[in-house]
Amino acid sequence: MNLPDPSFLIIQSLNGLTYAMFLFLIASGLSLIFGVMGVLNFAHGSLYMLGAYLTHQFVSWFIDAPGYFWWAVLLASLGVAALGAFIERFFLRHLYIREELNQLLFTYALVLILSDVAKLIWGTDQFSVSRPAILKGAVEILGQYFPKYNIVIIFLGPLVALLFWFILLRTRWGRTIRAAALDRETLGALGVNVNRLFTVVFFIGAWLAGLGGALVSPISAIVPGMDVEVIINAFIVVVIGGMGSFWGTFLGALILGQVYSLGILILPRLSMVFIYILMVLVLIIRPWGLLGRPLQR
Amino acid sequence: MSRQDWLWLPVLFLVLLLVALVPLTESRYAVFLGTDILIHGLFAVSLNLLLGYTGLVSFGQAAYFGIGAYTCALLMKKAALNFALAFVAAGAFGALSALVFGFFCVRLTKIYFAMLTLAFSQIVWVIAFKWNSLTGGDNGFVGVPFPQNLDSAVRFYYFTLAVVVVSLVLIRQALNSPFGRILTTIRENPERTEFIGINVKLFQLIAFMISGFFSALAGALFGIFNHSVFPDILFWPASAEVLIMTILGGMYSFLGPVVGAGVLLYLRMEVASYTEYWPLILGLILASLLFFFPGGIVGFFQDRVSRLRRKP
Repeated sequence: MNLPDPSFLIIQSLNGLTYAMFLFLIASGLSLIFGVMGVLNFAHGSLYMLGAYLTHQFVSWFIDAPGYFWWAVLLASLGVAALGAFIERFFLRHLYIREELNQLLFTYALVLILSDVAKLIWGTDQFSVSRPAILKGAVEILGQYFPKYNIVIIFLGPLVALLFWFILLRTRWGRTIRAAALDRETLGALGVNVNRLFTVVFFIGAWLAGLGGALVSPISAIVPGMDVEVIINAFIVVVIGGMGSFWGTFLGALILGQVYSLGILILPRLSMVFIYILMVLVLIIRPWGLLGRPLQR
Repeated sequence: MSRQDWLWLPVLFLVLLLVALVPLTESRYAVFLGTDILIHGLFAVSLNLLLGYTGLVSFGQAAYFGIGAYTCALLMKKAALNFALAFVAAGAFGALSALVFGFFCVRLTKIYFAMLTLAFSQIVWVIAFKWNSLTGGDNGFVGVPFPQNLDSAVRFYYFTLAVVVVSLVLIRQALNSPFGRILTTIRENPERTEFIGINVKLFQLIAFMISGFFSALAGALFGIFNHSVFPDILFWPASAEVLIMTILGGMYSFLGPVVGAGVLLYLRMEVASYTEYWPLILGLILASLLFFFPGGIVGFFQDRVSRLRRKP
């Protein structure tokens, strides 16, 4: 087999890294919600999709304002977060007393509903958002060109990760959230408003998905079906890294990004199979994920 | 059989008679929909063997349905095998793959079990999707003929009806046997079942295999019914759809999933002629079901009937 040009390999690997950061944003929200509430949120991909569509919408409204792209990203992600909190507060909450299957199926119902709502509002056309003026153009790396925007994403991912790590491990809020993951009854008995905490957690989780969708809009087509495609990858990331494990999710996203971008060079037809085989192996050998802890549920 | 079962027998007989008379309407639409419902009814009941009776949430049941469809179609068309052999081989191969995948799946519990069934079904999907030379990939495997002697929609309808009825009777017998009681015990409390000396994993694996077998038979029928097999029937939303049928009808009654399949497929057919937004409607149905009728359609009516009986 001919080895490809090393500089090409590096660019390909950087592409994988960019993709990993989006996966991390979505999967960390998914993992947070699962870790704290035990709800596997199928609709997380739909929230990501809505983030992208809303960004397109806001960009087309604010196109003349200075820094319009960043405002659009902020508003779109907050809009998605508000929707997430609304869903938790008025619907999902009533299903906590039921079996897990009911919660799972409800989030699947949301997938169906939100995908058609997006079609009703925006149609089936493909949209794209142009990159913000500051980040147009590319940087030369070993004779190959790599977009500036992607570089910013690569740095933004770990930044968000560090921020959340800090909040979860070093603040009172974070301690409360971690306590809720372990034992919600005791936490409630200690005087914490667990219901409100859950809404907040869902808000944050949905915000992360919305942010992922908003930031991906300049480099990926906004189309119906992007929800179903991304959710499976987010599941795989969370399973590989460990459900509810924060750094596990980060690791899982990095692995998936590289397997996709480099696997395509080795066996273009089978790069997807690698991913699923990896998921199967992790589930068989360490069901709680590479960095997760066994759950006693 | 308990006394209650005997009471239902005439009703069941009447329903079966009506179902058998469907082709007399000479409506191609009715025969088409009827065949579709029968096939998916069997598929949903085979899933419910795991879901409602053993307490295992399989999120990858489409894998066995698809394996059955591809096996039967490929053997008939590429290996020119006669239908009877291809049909049996499809079931056997479905059971065999369920044995291999299930061996790993039953070692896990709850959400991890669901995730592993999903992962395995996605692997099967990728293989069907990417192996163009064998399966036709995304373009599907087309031109699957009706078998000899079953070469009309009506004849195939009766064949499907026979297969489905025999399969349902067999599954029902298995569930009413001591074997079936053990499955229910496992559903109620796996740990305690283990304590009374029952090999829980073994029984779960056998249930998984039986379920895979009947799912594959349903899939084999479906491939011939459509004269083609597409990888879509293996993709994860297909697994979600059969779960919805089961829940819609009611997972705690034996024929509930058949009712669920019937209602869902009928609605889809009707709605499709008015609007393309079927997923939206299905989503709304599913959501209201979860909130207002957690026992499904059959569960709801059983509730009503038992309330009426208690009153006087």
